Amino acid sequence: MKVLAVKLPDVGEGVTEAELVEVNVKVGDIVREDDVIAAVMTDKATVEIPSLYSGKVIWVGGEAGGTLAVGSDLVRIETDDAVIGAEMPATEVPDAEARKPNEALPSPAPEPKTKTAEPTPVSQTNPAQTGAPRPEGKAPLASPSVRARARKGGIDLRQVAGSGPAGRITNDDLDAVFGRPPQQPAATRPAARSRRMGTEVIKVIGMRRKIAERMSLANSRIPHITVVEEIDVTALEELRAKLNADRGDKPKLTILPFITATLSKAVLEHPEMNAHFDDDAGVITRHASVNVGIATMTDAGLVVPVLRHAEALGLFDTAGEIARLSKAARDSKATRDELTGSTITITSLGPLGALATTPIINHPEVAILGINKMATRPMWDGSQFVPRKMMNISASFDHRVIDGWDAAVFVNRIKSLLETPALIFMEV
Amino acid sequence: MKQERCNLLIIGAGPGGYVCGIRAGQLGIDTMVVEAAKPGGTCLNVGCIPSKALIHAADEFAKARGFAVENALGISAGIPEIDMSKTIAWKDDIVKRLTGGVSGLLKRAKTRYVQGHARVVDGKTVEVDTSDGPMRIFCENLVIATGSKPFDLPFLPFGGPVISSTEALDLTDIPNRFTVVGGGYIGLEIGTAMAKLGAKVTVVEAADRILPQYDGALTKPVLARLQELDVTLYLSAKAKGMTMDGANLLVETMNGDIQIRSDKVLVAVGRSPVTSGFGLEDLGLTMQGPHIAIDAHCATSMRGVYAIGDVTGDPMLAHSAMAQGVIVAENIAGDLAIWDKRAIAAVCFTDPEIVTVGALPDDIDGSAVAQFPLGANGRAMTMERSDGFVRIVYDPETELVLGIQAIGAGVSEMAGEFALALEMCATLTDIADTIHAHPTLGETLQEAALKGLGRALHI
Repeated sequence: MKVLAVKLPDVGEGVTEAELVEVNVKVGDIVREDDVIAAVMTDKATVEIPSLYSGKVIWVGGEAGGTLAVGSDLVRIETDDAVIGAEMPATEVPDAEARKPNEALPSPAPEPKTKTAEPTPVSQTNPAQTGAPRPEGKAPLASPSVRARARKGGIDLRQVAGSGPAGRITNDDLDAVFGRPPQQPAATRPAARSRRMGTEVIKVIGMRRKIAERMSLANSRIPHITVVEEIDVTALEELRAKLNADRGDKPKLTILPFITATLSKAVLEHPEMNAHFDDDAGVITRHASVNVGIATMTDAGLVVPVLRHAEALGLFDTAGEIARLSKAARDSKATRDELTGSTITITSLGPLGALATTPIINHPEVAILGINKMATRPMWDGSQFVPRKMMNISASFDHRVIDGWDAAVFVNRIKSLLETPALIFMEV
Repeated sequence: MKQERCNLLIIGAGPGGYVCGIRAGQLGIDTMVVEAAKPGGTCLNVGCIPSKALIHAADEFAKARGFAVENALGISAGIPEIDMSKTIAWKDDIVKRLTGGVSGLLKRAKTRYVQGHARVVDGKTVEVDTSDGPMRIFCENLVIATGSKPFDLPFLPFGGPVISSTEALDLTDIPNRFTVVGGGYIGLEIGTAMAKLGAKVTVVEAADRILPQYDGALTKPVLARLQELDVTLYLSAKAKGMTMDGANLLVETMNGDIQIRSDKVLVAVGRSPVTSGFGLEDLGLTMQGPHIAIDAHCATSMRGVYAIGDVTGDPMLAHSAMAQGVIVAENIAGDLAIWDKRAIAAVCFTDPEIVTVGALPDDIDGSAVAQFPLGANGRAMTMERSDGFVRIVYDPETELVLGIQAIGAGVSEMAGEFALALEMCATLTDIADTIHAHPTLGETLQEAALKGLGRALHI
């Protein structure tokens, strides 16, 4: 019986320390070889660390949220396994030392002080209604009088289980629904309002901490100027619909490929926008290639995969690449390369896109373009109101290196390109 | 120009329009109904009602002819004659009473009735050519209930010997040779009546069987009866037009082209919605094929504009239009009425009659069928008509009734019970354990349900 340590491996080029986002074992646990014992987060990626041995965990080097140096011990395992090779990132720990880890070894990351209460799971399950009342696609069965009563009472029969023959919803079933305490206090049945007590503390770790750091960096260093402009995208939408109608088996075009094409075109006249500003060195680097960061929402948070050389891609190629990148980002499969190297960024909230936003620049870039919601609005054409598809864009610029005037000219250029989409694709 | 205002304006006083008008009036909505022809629409004037009158007269005449020869009942009578001009006058009187009734019902509901051709100006404005000159009506809600008209074949246009169902129901002389293009329910209903009234009837159908929307089992008794009535059937045959002299119908059959000598040719190949000729195109409503697209509230793509009845597509049935009319009226009154019907019964007044409600045997995977013959029903025997059957399509797992069909003389009166069973979500046990009066045809439904449960008594 000996004690072997699993060390934090080198998880990426130039990474000297990594943040523990998950620790799956605790002292006393029995683990088997290849069981995942922890996950660490580097600059961009989450890496799972497998156990190298089977045995009993006797010491853990930190808890989720802590930071660990590469090469330091992650866990120590009491095992009968033999050490297989010298290159194994494991060292035999003398028994005595292992028994009093706090004296001889770097102490595990300190307990976060913020934790004041155990997070309690929030459960809203209604005991009277567990699970779907019937398989998906099955219509509810009810007589016309029951249907009418439900309709007048504002009850969706699809949500009501039926106790009658063949699952028929009876008047008694409806009585049960009407008698059930309302989910929200209704005027007819004032439910007792109770005070809600307690707090829930959520540690900002992993991806969320990374996002927080980058946002702080960008917002504290960069004085933002945001320009909001409205765009008549009626023509663009017609073009898009036409292209989509004839697309065959090509990927469906969203508005994003048009936006990246517009950016690629607009930065030709405004190279100052497709640039990095290294404020420590006081150097602006203008880029020839247009590598567009596409802000993408994932379950873990905001990720910005990069569409490389947007200037060289056709619309459908762009659409396909964006679809691939965002899927990779959502599945956490995006590679380091796919997540770095953007020169300008687009952020879009899709149908939730709001009237205007104040996008935060993706440091060290100098410009970011926010796409807002599209809506049909009545526009005055000089003699009457006509329905036009309107969309706002909200673009933020690094005001240290981009003057307001230039920002406005650039936004105006984008506007004229999007409003007359032929200009995007024409060489004149 | 005379100007009027109302909350609800309905174009068309057919079953959909007038029912909508009555219900809206009952609900206190200021309503107007505009009709270019007569109140009652196709149904009352040139459809359901007059055709049933004609079918009844033909049945009675055929019965009388049966008594003039040796018969099982032992009745002997002289050879009957029929004065069709009297028959048509009797039919017209029924139509007049019913259309008069519609006008009275509208009046009682305080719904204003305007006679004249309407033209839609916009979604809130309609102009009507009345006998007192043009009238402009401003409304908050508009209902399009313009119905449908017989489908016109371009190579067989109506006129001369070529007639639609409308003219066929007004013939005061029974043609010697009556040819029907279209073996659907309209063509067969009128064709059968003409055969019973003494015409030599030929039916030309493009599909390989009559009543192609039904399964073969359901139409077999009709086929047998047509043969008894000496009706000639050309299936998989296409009418091509009339010969130059207008005396023969040219038909392309599988065995080559033939000519069918015809005194009258009834073209009954379907009905097309009336969506033009009154400015509807200018509204730019979303269409679904030739029909106006509607949602479950019968609302069209334009706010405040509704459509009901045949203009909204299949099933083109009066009772379906009536139900839609009620839904629209209640919606405008502020009730959230919605189309949530589980079934619409369809009745085919051929000989014997066919009733269908809900799913046919092959419509739903995993469904089972329980069938009971009229031949085992006492009441059917006492009426000398025991051809046909009643069948229930059901879910064998839950016993839920998914569809009911029947074929037999007089089964049309069972359509209501069939529809009720579907609408109430009845199971086989619900029907089997309901006492059905003896001796009636309705017992066959109970027996079919018992059979599905494995406990049939009378077979």
